[in-house]
Amino acid sequence: MTNNTCKVRFLSCGDSAVTVEFSKEMSEETNRKIRFLAAKIESDRIKGVLESVPTFCSMTVYFDPLVISRKKLEKRILKIINSYKESSVGKRRVFLIPVCYEGEYAPDMESVCDLTGLPKEEIVKIHTSTDYLIYMLGFLPGFPYLGGMDKRIEAPRLKSPRTVIPEGAVGIGGKQTGIYPLASPGGWRLIGRTPVRVYDPERAEPIVYKAGDYIRFYSINETEFEKIATSAPSVIEVREEG
Amino acid sequence: MAKITVISSGPLSTIQDEGRFGYMNTGFSPNGAMDSYSMRLANILVGNAPGNGVIEMTMIGMTMSFDSTAVIALTGADMQPEINGKLIKMYAACEVHKGDTLSLKAAVSGMRTYFAVAGGFDLSPVMGSMSTNLKCKLGGFCGRKLRAGDELPLRWDISLKIIGERGMIPENTYRSLVTVRVITGPQDDYFTVGGMKTFLTSEYTVSEKSARMGIRLDGDKIENKNGVDIISDGIATGAVQIPASGTPIIMMADRQTTGGYAKIANVISADLKIIAQARPGTKIRFQAVSEKEAVRLKNKEDSKLKALQYRMLYAI
Repeated sequence: MTNNTCKVRFLSCGDSAVTVEFSKEMSEETNRKIRFLAAKIESDRIKGVLESVPTFCSMTVYFDPLVISRKKLEKRILKIINSYKESSVGKRRVFLIPVCYEGEYAPDMESVCDLTGLPKEEIVKIHTSTDYLIYMLGFLPGFPYLGGMDKRIEAPRLKSPRTVIPEGAVGIGGKQTGIYPLASPGGWRLIGRTPVRVYDPERAEPIVYKAGDYIRFYSINETEFEKIATSAPSVIEVREEG
Repeated sequence: MAKITVISSGPLSTIQDEGRFGYMNTGFSPNGAMDSYSMRLANILVGNAPGNGVIEMTMIGMTMSFDSTAVIALTGADMQPEINGKLIKMYAACEVHKGDTLSLKAAVSGMRTYFAVAGGFDLSPVMGSMSTNLKCKLGGFCGRKLRAGDELPLRWDISLKIIGERGMIPENTYRSLVTVRVITGPQDDYFTVGGMKTFLTSEYTVSEKSARMGIRLDGDKIENKNGVDIISDGIATGAVQIPASGTPIIMMADRQTTGGYAKIANVISADLKIIAQARPGTKIRFQAVSEKEAVRLKNKEDSKLKALQYRMLYAI
């Protein structure tokens, strides 16, 4: 059991938001604490708190200062943080994302093979053998900033970014890997594409995962891609553990 | 069903309301009216809830026609509205009839004009909001800006007799030199004493490159200590981000929810309307105030809107 040697800093973001900084460095432990605070803030329904955005090392809380003062809110947040125990973090959710690493779905696979010196099969094997922690969502709705990618498949971003990357593209950008939830410009090297819609505004939960959840990729072929894309692109399998 | 037909749209006219909340943690910008104060006034003037869906026009106004009686109000930048060629007052409820045409021109001063109609638009909210998210192509009218030929369905056809005469003194004198109050932080410690001094004493100019995402400023570069890259964190509306170029960008309604540049200060809630109406070329000076002062000013603005709402509701 960890106690709370964790000292947080409150950073002012104007009159209606405050950032709670847990650390200056990314770590799974920090992320667990942020996840705990995010869950507590959501379940406690503190009057005057509008919403909160967890990020790598901090969390920004948006509030109405005419309902709750910043001082009062900070006190409440400290109380929540002080009640943190490692065991108080709930189940681990792993979202299983099918990815086709073949043909037209993987336009940069060849360059990643060249840059890493690894054959395609090895890259797919490495890319699909880790549960990636979602540190935060940002840039685009549902764009996950994932941690934990194997160093062997790191590859620099493209020198000139693409103007359009299709929805569902899976890429590698430096030390990171991720999914483009909707069509967007971008500079990551595309090694595959998922037929599932991680972003669907028509679904009850437009984005299925949250910061603190995990993503696990698994390899499918082009026939399977077509099948999922036409039958049930909005259904995403999730594994709960612990 | 009653509807409004768009005859010409202007460069950027979108349906906006008070914003899409509760989804920022998944990366959705809040969107919503840039000048939420003017939006609320327009709604109050036609008897709507203050946060209802309105049309936000940018720089140049629209032309539209009506196929039934309706009560409308215009607030924000003065675009010299005319009905069938006859000038009408802004900041007042105005009755229009079947066959009438409302036309607006370029803004005389300011940047954004708000059009509200009694009863509101009959459009389905997406994720709890009618605001248009241009990037995700959702909300508003078909998730995009309005264009000629669009038919906007109205909830009711309603006459002025029902909601009563409503009007107020226009609040759309927009100056070419404005002072904007800020609270320093969250990353004010990334900048040198000289950098902070530059920020608080220089005159900045609103750039042509400004958009609903952010208002870009040209002017003196703000000196940092060891770079401006931070580990990405949350962004509040009005955050003054200083990228590597050294000149500020004020993050607005269509901003990203997180960002990796240091933020030297945040515009106070009560002054966001000034930024929203600052057209390219407007000169801006920043002034640091305490949080207490910012909350007092926010309270003042909210109380004023509430009082106005009651005054009009009970015709007192």
